[in-house]
Amino acid sequence: MTVIPPFETFYAEHRGLVLGVLRKRLGAQRAEDAFQETFLRALAAYGRLRDAENLRGWVLTIAERVAIDTHRRARPTDELPEVPHEDRRPAYEDLGDLTDGLPPTERAAVVLRYGYDLTYDQIAAALGSNSTAARQATSSGVRRLRKKGQP
Amino acid sequence: MNVTADLDNRFRDAAAQTGLLDAAYDIVESPVGPLLVAASGRGLLRVSFDPEPDRELEYLGRLAGPRVLRAPKAVDNVRRELDEYFDRRRNTFDLTLDLRNLTPFSVRVLGELARVPYGETATYGELAARAGKPGAARAVGTIMNRNPVPIVLPCHRIVGSTGALVGYGGGLERKEHLLRLEGAMM
Repeated sequence: MTVIPPFETFYAEHRGLVLGVLRKRLGAQRAEDAFQETFLRALAAYGRLRDAENLRGWVLTIAERVAIDTHRRARPTDELPEVPHEDRRPAYEDLGDLTDGLPPTERAAVVLRYGYDLTYDQIAAALGSNSTAARQATSSGVRRLRKKGQP
Repeated sequence: MNVTADLDNRFRDAAAQTGLLDAAYDIVESPVGPLLVAASGRGLLRVSFDPEPDRELEYLGRLAGPRVLRAPKAVDNVRRELDEYFDRRRNTFDLTLDLRNLTPFSVRVLGELARVPYGETATYGELAARAGKPGAARAVGTIMNRNPVPIVLPCHRIVGSTGALVGYGGGLERKEHLLRLEGAMM
């Protein structure tokens, strides 16, 4: 069990990462609103945190959920996500591209499982479901990707 | 990814507006150096000289809870009253205080301290007597030293029985500066 750091410290350490992930998922403009919403949700939940293990995974889970909500709410726009310049990209960024055509829940489950290495319990918490459903969403997402990959 | 100052400020303002913060703080420039000021929803928690952010954040986290964030708007009223005080446009502060984790005697002493008028001084012994414990001058000295909201609660107005400045949590130079500002020292 680790001590919960002051929110300022947590925010300063993760804001850049969260904005980067959200830009990739939503484009620069919508990412700003999603950034605010992510950290406001994190703030609301922060008082109930019992453990500071894996705050990175925790905030990325919230960001992913906000991105899903934003996608659900939004009409399709012409805005394109930013193209990253880095050569070596984190796994979740590659997965973000690969999973582009999946239904939102399956996409989120696959990205959280294989991009962020979250457990099914954590994914379930992020998606507001249970771990069985999270496991099913992940595996059906992977099956769909395999089919898509076949010539 | 760099978060722009604009986006960062918008989040801080929004966070302050939610009322979810256990403590909001900012650094306020003043003639006696930068001051960290922190407030909860209930009132002013802290004024601190020579602030070291890490140590202050830990302190506020222990005192008020982990949701501590720099949020300048949330302490606008404190900044304004301090500016006016240093401009000699204000003699008394109208801020609500949130004084936690204090012994009943400390609360009584700080209550009496608040009544020592602008531009005047009292001795540690006098303050002890006013708080109902004559002879507790030394304990009063300790309470002054640990005053969570110096300047606003004017521990700089408390001096030794000979009139010597004796001590100050923020350093004697600052005590002298504040007393001169108020015209209590020539």
